[in-house]
Amino acid sequence: MTSRRLDQILLAAGVLVLWQLLHWAVGPDVVSSPWATVARAIELMRTVAFWGHAAATASAFGLASVIAIAAGIGLGLWLGLHRFAGDVADPILGTVYSIPKITLYPLILLVFGLGISAKIAFGVIHGIFPIAIFTMNAVRNVAPVYRRTARVMRLSSVATAATILAPAALPEIVTGVRVGVALTLLGTLIGELFAATSGLGFALIRAMDVHAVTDILAITMLIFIFAASVNAALGLVERRARHGG
Amino acid sequence: MTQWHLPVAKVAAVRIGVICAVVAALEILCRLGTIDRVTMIPPSEMASSLWDILRSGRFNSDIFFTLYNVTAAAVLAIAAGFFIGAGLHALPRLRRLVVPMLAAYYAVPTFVFYPLLIVAFGVGRTALVVMGALFGVVAMIVNTTLGLDHVPPVVVKTGAIMRLGGARQLLLMRLPSAAPHLVTGVKLAVAYSVIGIVAGEFILATAGMGKRIAFSYDNFDNRTMYGMLLLLLIGVMIVNGALSAWERRLHRRFGQR
Repeated sequence: MTSRRLDQILLAAGVLVLWQLLHWAVGPDVVSSPWATVARAIELMRTVAFWGHAAATASAFGLASVIAIAAGIGLGLWLGLHRFAGDVADPILGTVYSIPKITLYPLILLVFGLGISAKIAFGVIHGIFPIAIFTMNAVRNVAPVYRRTARVMRLSSVATAATILAPAALPEIVTGVRVGVALTLLGTLIGELFAATSGLGFALIRAMDVHAVTDILAITMLIFIFAASVNAALGLVERRARHGG
Repeated sequence: MTQWHLPVAKVAAVRIGVICAVVAALEILCRLGTIDRVTMIPPSEMASSLWDILRSGRFNSDIFFTLYNVTAAAVLAIAAGFFIGAGLHALPRLRRLVVPMLAAYYAVPTFVFYPLLIVAFGVGRTALVVMGALFGVVAMIVNTTLGLDHVPPVVVKTGAIMRLGGARQLLLMRLPSAAPHLVTGVKLAVAYSVIGIVAGEFILATAGMGKRIAFSYDNFDNRTMYGMLLLLLIGVMIVNGALSAWERRLHRRFGQR
C-alpha cells in the first residue's frame, strides 16, 4: 500500500516535471507552466461565472446520461429478447457506433439550434449506442439453461425477467453504462465546444478564441480531473456489480 | 449457443429493407416539407450532390488533403502507440499508474489543444497531423498492452523450447498471438485520427473536408455540405468495415474472445 502511494507521488511528480520541461521548450505562448495553470484554476474556481458554466455542463451531462441509459437499455433489451430484430439491427448499430459523431455537428445544429438541446443531443448520440449494444449482447448471452430453468419452475415472464434475466445480464449492462456515460460526457463537451452559449466547453472555446493559453490549460485540467473522477466512480460501480452480487 | 439461427439471407434482406425504409421515409418527409430544406435536403439530392462533387473534381484538393493527413496521423499513432504500449507492458508498475489516466483520456476533447498546436506549428498540415496522432495514439497503446497480456504462456514456453532468440520470438510467436488486439488498436487509432483531424479542420484550417463542410455550413450551402458529409461518412464506413472484417477474421483464427 505504501509503495503504491509512493508510486502515485512519483507519477504526479513526473507529470509535473514533463509539463514544466515542455513549457520551457516551447514557451509560454503554447504551454503555460504547471504552477501558473494550477493558480489560474484555483482563481477560476473562486469566480461565480465558472460555477455557472460547471452547473450548465453538469445538468446537460446528467440529462443526456439519463436519456442515453434509459433509451439504450430499453432498445438493447428489446433487441436482445427478439432474436430476429437483434440479428437485423446488430451490424447497423455497430456501424452507427463507429461513425465519428463529430462529423454530424452541422446536422445536429440545424435540427436542434444553438443551446442546451443541441448539446444534450450530442451527448445522447455518443452514449446510446454502446449501451444498447452491450445490453443486447448481455441478454443474448444469458445461458439458455437459465431460461429453461425458469420455464421448468413455471415462472411468469415478468418473474423471469426480474429474477433470472436481470441479475444474469446486469454486470454486462453496467459495463455498457460505464462506457456509454463516459462517451456521453465527451459528447456533451463536444456539443458545448460547437453549439453552446454556456458550459465548460463554451468557456473553453471562448478562451481559445482570445488565445488565453493559461485559461485553456486550466479549464482542460479541471475537465480532465472531472472526467477521471466520473470514470473512477463508474469503475467502482462496475466492480460492485460484477463481484458484490 | 444451441439456439436456432435464422437464415442469413433473410436477415440481410430485412436489414436492407429497414435501411431503405428509413431513407425513403426521410426522402418523403423532406419532399413534403415536414423537414424543411434549411434543416435537411432529401437523401436523393445528397447523393446527386456527392456525384457532382466527385465528377467535377472541384473539391479533390480538399479530399486528398484530408486523406493524406489521416494516413500520416494514423501511421504515426500506430507506430508510437505500439512502442509505448510494448514499453508499458514491460513495466507493470508504471503501467498500473498510467492506466487510469489513459482510461480518462478519451473523456476529454483532446482537440482543445489544437489552438496551441497552431501556435506551435502554424496553420497547416503539421498541426492537423499532430492533432490526429495525439488523438489516435492512446487507443493503440491500450490495445497493444491488452494484446500482449493475452499472449498465452504456452506460446511463450513453446518459443523458449524452440530456442528462438528475442527478436524471432517476438516476430514469430508473440506478435501473431497478440494480432487480434493489435488490429483492434489499428482500427481505433484510424477512427480517432479521423476525428482529431476533421475536428481540427472544423475549427481552423486552410483546406480539407472538415473545412469545406464548415465553410458550406456557414454559407447556408446545404447541398455542398450534405454531399461532403455523405462522402466523409461513406469513406469512414468503408475503412472501418474493412478493418472490422480483418479483425473478425483474426479473432476467429486465433480463437480469442
